[in-house]
Amino acid sequence: MQFIGKYDPLKNEKIQILDNQGNIINNNIEFDISDETLIEAYKIMNLSRKQDEFQNIVQRQGRLLSFLSSSGQEACEVAYAMSMEKGVDWLSPGYRNNAAWLASGIPVRNIMLYWTGNEFGGQSPEGINVLPPNIIIGSQYSQAAGLAFGEKYLNKKGVVLTTTGDGGMSEGEVYESMNFAQLHNLPVIFICENNKWAISTPYSKSTKSLNIAVKAIASGTPSLIVDGNDFLACYAVIQECLKFCREGNGPVFIEFDTYRLGAHSSSDNPDVYRPKDEFEKAKLDDPLTRMKNYLVEKGIWSKKKQEALDSEQFEFLKTEFEWAEKNKDYPVSDVFDYIYDQKPDFLVEQLAEAKTFYPDNENKFGGDK
Amino acid sequence: MKTLNNIKAVNEALDIAMEKWNEVIVFGEDVGYEGGVFRATEGLQKKYGEERCFDAPISESLFIGAAIGMAMNKLKPVVELQFLELGMASLQNILGHMGRVRNRSRGKYPAPIVVRTPMGGGIRALELHSGAIEAVFAHTPGIKVIIPSTPYDTKGLLLAAIESNDPVIILEPTKLYRAFKQEVPEGYYTVPIGEAAYIFEGNDLTIVTYGSQTVDCQKAVEEYESKNPNVTIELIDLRTIKPWDKKMIIESVKKTGRLLVVHEAVKSFSVSSEIIATVNEEAFGYLKAPPMRCTGYDIVIPLESGETYHQPTKEKILSKINQLIEYEF
Repeated sequence: MQFIGKYDPLKNEKIQILDNQGNIINNNIEFDISDETLIEAYKIMNLSRKQDEFQNIVQRQGRLLSFLSSSGQEACEVAYAMSMEKGVDWLSPGYRNNAAWLASGIPVRNIMLYWTGNEFGGQSPEGINVLPPNIIIGSQYSQAAGLAFGEKYLNKKGVVLTTTGDGGMSEGEVYESMNFAQLHNLPVIFICENNKWAISTPYSKSTKSLNIAVKAIASGTPSLIVDGNDFLACYAVIQECLKFCREGNGPVFIEFDTYRLGAHSSSDNPDVYRPKDEFEKAKLDDPLTRMKNYLVEKGIWSKKKQEALDSEQFEFLKTEFEWAEKNKDYPVSDVFDYIYDQKPDFLVEQLAEAKTFYPDNENKFGGDK
Repeated sequence: MKTLNNIKAVNEALDIAMEKWNEVIVFGEDVGYEGGVFRATEGLQKKYGEERCFDAPISESLFIGAAIGMAMNKLKPVVELQFLELGMASLQNILGHMGRVRNRSRGKYPAPIVVRTPMGGGIRALELHSGAIEAVFAHTPGIKVIIPSTPYDTKGLLLAAIESNDPVIILEPTKLYRAFKQEVPEGYYTVPIGEAAYIFEGNDLTIVTYGSQTVDCQKAVEEYESKNPNVTIELIDLRTIKPWDKKMIIESVKKTGRLLVVHEAVKSFSVSSEIIATVNEEAFGYLKAPPMRCTGYDIVIPLESGETYHQPTKEKILSKINQLIEYEF
């Protein structure tokens, strides 16, 4: 183990490989990552950033309800989600996890469908164990603990990853979950993407704790602080944590030190509460710039490739959104179909009544029919 | 046949379920080594091991959240909340998540969880040990709510709940845990969720009740009928609060023309409100008197010295029966 038990959160020690220019500053860390994986990761990070930008535009046009942007957090989200083994590991996310959803294999169109108001978009495709977005924060941690209990009890090999922000770390359930996971020695990685803002409440008003990672110590869970805008550091740490869990060592906690570059949601204006100089300074740590510089320096990326990728991804996002927009409506029966395993009589009656008011939607998409 | 009280019926159902399904996991505060403060889980840890029946730290929100995760991962968690109102911290996950998981995932992740908890008053308890907040759960889409009153139903409904693919809350009247015994078949059987049962059949008045009030209602009916031999009363034990047995109640009211709903929960926005509203919608033309209710008052449940002020009693029920039978439009 290079990290767990070696980097001490009580001393505020943070794991970092790249500086904010993309230069390697820590040659002592050993890990294995191919150029192909680096490029793949960067492409997903870029896609998520472009998707945020695109969705902001269509949201302003009134074509998208609302969404929670991952801009600024792409490095850590892609690092942990692409490291999951598909169909084996689980992700129990919050609501701000666009880059993680993409990296775990959720199609863009599903994510867009969700934000246009169709729950079918929240259902992960076959072979991908990702729960729908968790809107009340904190509970994804306890669901993750339960999922991990199942993995252990059923002798399966999966590790469960769950994530919240610095705001979510104020919820009591977060501690309850780590305590339970530790008591049962469960394979779960608790993640905090500390992006410094809980809507308009700054980190300084959420906690007086030395850092977030120390909050895990009380439950006996080993914890680490990682530069969350440094893809290499995030990737190296997540590999070790997955191995730690798979080998039956119980849970682990990771604080990714990052920054929310966007608004809380598309309905919110951070300029009202966020100090301008703080934001300008944070932009210098942008994980995309850092990764791009590193790849260019390594000789596997270029300005030309970037331009081609941007325009290809923009067209792709446009096409996917057009699909989501066309398929966002569903038949009235869909809102009754999934409440219970079998519709009780009262729902059969209520559906029959609803159908007399909404008779024309039966041919709409409405999920997997 | 075995003669069991309600708490033994719970214990036997859990034992049978754990024997039958390896996926059944039983947990909650003190349920493991001690077998629960009421002994509902007595002997289960010894028989099935600490992994399947365990004491959990006092973190009720986690209980339900973790149960949701377990259920999504193909287990059958049965959670005990030690007392209904001491488990309030679990409501976020019961109301905010448990009943919504299936819909949110469009059926990919059902959450077949059973939450069991003692409920109701008449037990001379401290504050927050006597609440009957079944309407809160019944009000929430996606959840089924059961309140059994007899050992036979307790065992059969608990097994049906564990078998169900939906989340089920079973509120067990604390007052009835050891109040009486009944012959109960051995082995596995289920009582269908959503079906009420006749305690008595009759022609002149329908009384719908459930839980601890079934006992007071029986006494009231027996007393009334002995003094009024020309009147027969149909007494129905609802057994399942949601989905409730509308068919049986409507049929009964059509026959008797009179309805009384009795429960210990507060009056306003309650199970009786729902039943009476439905009867008014669907059987209004058959009514010989306005439907009435005998319930707890809209107050914080008093401690022991004032407890009887709150609860429906045999006398209060008899008074309502009189009003209904003698009512003239």
